[in-house]
Amino acid sequence: MPAPDFVLNVVLSGILTGMVYGLMALGLSVIFGVMRVVNFAHGELTTLAMYATAVACEAFHADPFVTLVPVTLGFFGLGYLLQRLVINRFISRPEHTQLLLLVAIAIVLANVLLLVFGPDARSVQTDYQLDSIELGPLLVDSTRVYAAGTALVATLLLFAFFRGTMMGTAIRACADNQRGARVIGLHIEHLFAVTFGLGTACVAVAGSMLVLLFEVTPASGPAYTLLGFVIVVVGGLGSMTGALLGGVLIGVSESVAGMLVTPSAKSMISFALLILVLTFRPSGLLGARR
Amino acid sequence: MTIDRRVSRRAFNTLLAGASVGLSSAPFGVVRAEAKKLKVGVLLPRSGTQALIGQSCFKGAELAPSVIKQLLGVDVEILSADTESNVDVARNRAERLIQDGAHVLVGAFDSGHTSAVAQVAEQRGIPHIINIAGAPQITEQGYKFVFRNFPPAPELVKNGLSLLNDIFTAAHTTPKSAVFMHVNDTFGQSMAKGVLGNLPALKLPFTITETISYDPAAKELSLEVAKAKAARPELLLVVCRLNDAIVLRREMVKQRFAPMGIVSPGSPGLYEEQFSRALGKHAEYAICNTAWYNPKSQATQLVSAALKKSEPQTELAFHGTNVGYTLDAILVAADAFKRAGSAEPKLLVEAIRKTNIASNVRMSLGGAIAFNAKGQVEGNRSAVIQNLRGKPMVTLPADIAGATVVFPSPEYKKS
Amino acid sequence: MKPLLAPLAALVLLLLPLLANSYLLSIAIAVLYLAYLGQAWNVMMGFAGQLSLGHALYVGLGAYLAGGLFFHHGLGPWLGVWIAIAAALVVSVALGLLAFRFGISGVYFALLTIATAEFTRVGFDHLDWTGGPGGMFLKVENREHVDLLNLRGPPSLYYYTALTLCVGAAVLSRRLLRSRAGYYWQAIREDEPAAQSLGINTMRWKLLAIAISAALTAVGGVFHAFYFNSLFPEQIFSAGHSLEILLAPVVGGIGTLAGPLVGALVLTLLGEGSTELLSQLGWEAPGLKQVLYGLLLLATVWHLPRGIWPTLRSRLRPGEG
Repeated sequence: MPAPDFVLNVVLSGILTGMVYGLMALGLSVIFGVMRVVNFAHGELTTLAMYATAVACEAFHADPFVTLVPVTLGFFGLGYLLQRLVINRFISRPEHTQLLLLVAIAIVLANVLLLVFGPDARSVQTDYQLDSIELGPLLVDSTRVYAAGTALVATLLLFAFFRGTMMGTAIRACADNQRGARVIGLHIEHLFAVTFGLGTACVAVAGSMLVLLFEVTPASGPAYTLLGFVIVVVGGLGSMTGALLGGVLIGVSESVAGMLVTPSAKSMISFALLILVLTFRPSGLLGARR
Repeated sequence: MTIDRRVSRRAFNTLLAGASVGLSSAPFGVVRAEAKKLKVGVLLPRSGTQALIGQSCFKGAELAPSVIKQLLGVDVEILSADTESNVDVARNRAERLIQDGAHVLVGAFDSGHTSAVAQVAEQRGIPHIINIAGAPQITEQGYKFVFRNFPPAPELVKNGLSLLNDIFTAAHTTPKSAVFMHVNDTFGQSMAKGVLGNLPALKLPFTITETISYDPAAKELSLEVAKAKAARPELLLVVCRLNDAIVLRREMVKQRFAPMGIVSPGSPGLYEEQFSRALGKHAEYAICNTAWYNPKSQATQLVSAALKKSEPQTELAFHGTNVGYTLDAILVAADAFKRAGSAEPKLLVEAIRKTNIASNVRMSLGGAIAFNAKGQVEGNRSAVIQNLRGKPMVTLPADIAGATVVFPSPEYKKS
Repeated sequence: MKPLLAPLAALVLLLLPLLANSYLLSIAIAVLYLAYLGQAWNVMMGFAGQLSLGHALYVGLGAYLAGGLFFHHGLGPWLGVWIAIAAALVVSVALGLLAFRFGISGVYFALLTIATAEFTRVGFDHLDWTGGPGGMFLKVENREHVDLLNLRGPPSLYYYTALTLCVGAAVLSRRLLRSRAGYYWQAIREDEPAAQSLGINTMRWKLLAIAISAALTAVGGVFHAFYFNSLFPEQIFSAGHSLEILLAPVVGGIGTLAGPLVGALVLTLLGEGSTELLSQLGWEAPGLKQVLYGLLLLATVWHLPRGIWPTLRSRLRPGEG
C-alpha cells in the first residue's frame, strides 16, 4: 500500500492536470453542444495555438499569460471565419462528410506547420515554469496551479456568457431549436460562427497553458483530438462544466490506475471509462438527458 | 453551379491523367550495369511523427556525395524518398526508387518501415544497407541482400550498460540502488528486455529496485516520477525518446527529485538539441551511453568542414550519430561500387560482403566495418555522452574523450 | 466502344503482373487492398448506416491472430483465417449488442468504436504472445515459388489474392444489396423508427451488417499479416489506420457498389500523383505532399458531397441515380 502523502500528491496532480485537459476539451464541447459538429481538427487547432503562443512569446519576450489575450482574440476571429466560410456549408450534411472535411483541414494544418516550423519541438521558457509549492507533505507544481486557475476562470466566463447575455441566450435557442430560432429572426449563420469562434478561443487559452507544460511538434494534433473526445464524452457533450469534470475524472483515474497497474497501461482505464459511460449514460455524466 | 462542377472535374481528370503518365514512365526496367555514378536510394521519414530524426539523418545523405568524393574518389548520386513515417508509403517508395534506377537502398530508421523496405530489396535483388534500425529480427530473416551497420538493440544495451562500470570507476562513485524507467514502445521494450536480461551477467554494482514502464503517448509523467522518487534510488536509468525525456526531466525538477545521475544505456533524447534548449541548465549532467560518431576519424573531419559551410548554425554534436550512421551506410555502398567496378546488383552485393572499412575512416564509432554471415556489423561501440555547458560531450572512452565525466551530479542530495 | 470497356478492363486486371513493372504492381496491390477494406467498411456504414471509426480493430485482430498462429505454431493462413473471422464475429456482435441494447447510435457509436480500438491497441502493447510493442515479425522465406498453403511467393501471388478478395467482396456486396437484407438495411438507414414500426427487427439486421463487415475486415487483416510480414500494435490498431480505411468509400461514394473501388483508385493516384508532381517540379519539401493531398481531398469533399462515383454515374448514365 503506497504511502498516504504519495497518494495525495498523485491525486492532486491528477486533478490539476485534468483541469488543464478539461480546458482543452471545452472548445470541443461548446461546438458540439450548439452545432452538433464533431471537430476532428480540434487537436490540430490546439497545436496551432501552442505554436502561436510559443512564437509570440519568443518574438516579444513576453509571458504566455500576456500573449494569452491577443492569441485568444486572434483565434476567435479564425474560428469565426472558418465556420462562416468553410464549415457552414457542411452543418446539415451527414456526419461522415463533416468528418472528411475536418480531417482534410487537419492534414493541411499539421503539414503547413511542419513546412513552416520544421519538425523540432517548441515550447516556452519562463522563470517560474519549474517551481513547486510546498504545503506540508504536498508538493504542488506551480504552473499546473496557474493553468488550472485559468481553466476555472475561462469556464466561468463562458458560463456567464451563455447564461447571462442576450447573444448567449440566442445561441442556446439556436441549439435547442434551429427552425424555431430562424422563425423568430435570429441570424443563425452569425451565431454559429460566434460559437465556433468561442470554441477556438477556448482552444487558444488551452494552448497557451499547455505550451507551458509540454513541448509541441507538428504531429501533436491527433493525441489531443482523441483526448478531447474522451473527456467530452465522459463529461457530457455540450456541457461546459462537464468538460472540466470529465477532464478531472480522466486525470485522476489515470493517476490512480497508474498506481495500481503498470503506468504504460493507464490509458486503457480512460478508454474503459469511456466505454462504460457510453454504455450506461451516453449523454455523459453532466450532459442533458435526451 | 454546373460550371463549378465541370471545372473541378476537368482539373481532376487532368491530375489523374498526369499522374498516370508519370507513373507509367520507365516501364520495363532500367539498364543498370554500365554506370559511372552510383545511384543510392535513401528512404527516411522526413515528415510525419518521426520527421525530426528523419531530417537529422538526411543531413548525412546530403553531405555524402561531396564527402565520399573526397574520401574515395567515387561519384554518388542521392535519390531521396520520404517514407512519411508510414509503412505502406515506405514500401511503395522503395519500389519506386528501384524503378527509377537506384542501385542500392539505404534506410529507413523505423524498424517496421525498414522491414518492409528489406522485403522489397530482397525480392528485387537490390542491396539494402540499413543506416539505423534497432529490431534484431531484421537480420535474422536469412536475407541475402540486406545489411546493417547499426548495433541491434540487445548489443546497444550491452555496450551501454558495460560503460556504466567505466563511469563509476572514472568518477570514483558507485550507486547501490537504481530505478529503471522505460518508454513502452517498440524501441523501449527491446531495450528493456536487454537491460533486465544483461544486468546479472555484467556484474553491475547496483540493484534495480523498481522498473516503471510508461506510455510513449503520455502527456504527463507526474505519477511515474513520483513512483520513482518514492523508491529513493541513487541512480535513475532511463530509456526514453525526446519528448518524454523533456517531460520527465521537468517533472523531476518540479518534484525535487535529484539522484546521483540520470543515465541512459542507449536511447535518444538526453543528448539532443531540443532537450538542452527546453531545459537550459537542468539539462546539464544527463548521461547517455549510446552509439556515437568518432570525432577523430577522416570522415568526421570532412563532414564537419562541409557542415560548417552549408549550415553554419547547426552543431554537429547534436546530429552526429544520425549523420554518421547514414553517411557510413552510403560509404559502404560507394566503397563496394569502387571495388566491384560495376553497379550490377550481384557484383555489388558480393563486394559489400567483403567490405572492410577502417575504424579511423568511418564516421560512426566502432571497429572496422565488416559484415558477418547474417549481414550485421559487429563491434560498433558506444560512448559516454554527457551534457556539459549546453553541448553533448564525449567523456569516455578516454581515447576520444573531450571532457571528464561528472558523477555524481552537483545537485545530488542524499534523500 | 462502351461494351468493350468492361471485358478489356477485366483482361488488363488479370494480366497486370505481366504488363506492369514492379512498382505499378505494388501500387495495384495497395489499391486492391484498400478497395477491399473499403467495401467491408461500406457494408456497415453505407448499407446499414452505422458509422465505425475504429475498423482498424478488426484488421488488427485478424492480422495478429492469423499471424500469431503462423509465428508460434506454423499454422497456415487458411486455418488462421477462420479463427480471425470467429474473433471478429464475437467482438463485433458483442459491441453491437452493447451499443444497440443501450441505444447508442450516430456520433456516440462512432466514439465507442474508437474507444474499443484504442483499448485493444494499448492492450496488445502489453501482451507477450503478440510480441508487445516490439512487434511480430513473420518469417519471410521463399519469394520464388508459389506456396499457396502458407501464402508465400512472388508479388504476383499477392496481387491475385488481393484481386480475388476485392472481386469476392464486390460480388458479395452486390448480392447483399439486392437481397432482403439490403432492403431492410436501406429502411433502417433512412428512417429507423419507421422501419421498426413496420415490424422489422432492426437490432438483428444491424447486428448482421456489423458482423459481416467485421468478418470481411478481419480477412483483410490476415492478408495484411502475410503480405507485410511485420505487425506493431501502434501501427495496425491506430486511429490513423481506421481513418485510411474509411477515406476510400467516403470519397468514392458511401452506400454504392463502385464507390469504395473508385475511392481507393482515386486516393492512391492522388497520393502517388502528388509525390510525382512535386518531384517533377523539384519542390522537395517534406510535408508539402501532404498539404497538396489535404487540399485535393478538401476540394473533393467540397465539390462532390455525395462522393465521386454518384456524380460520375449521373454523368455517364444520365437519368439514373
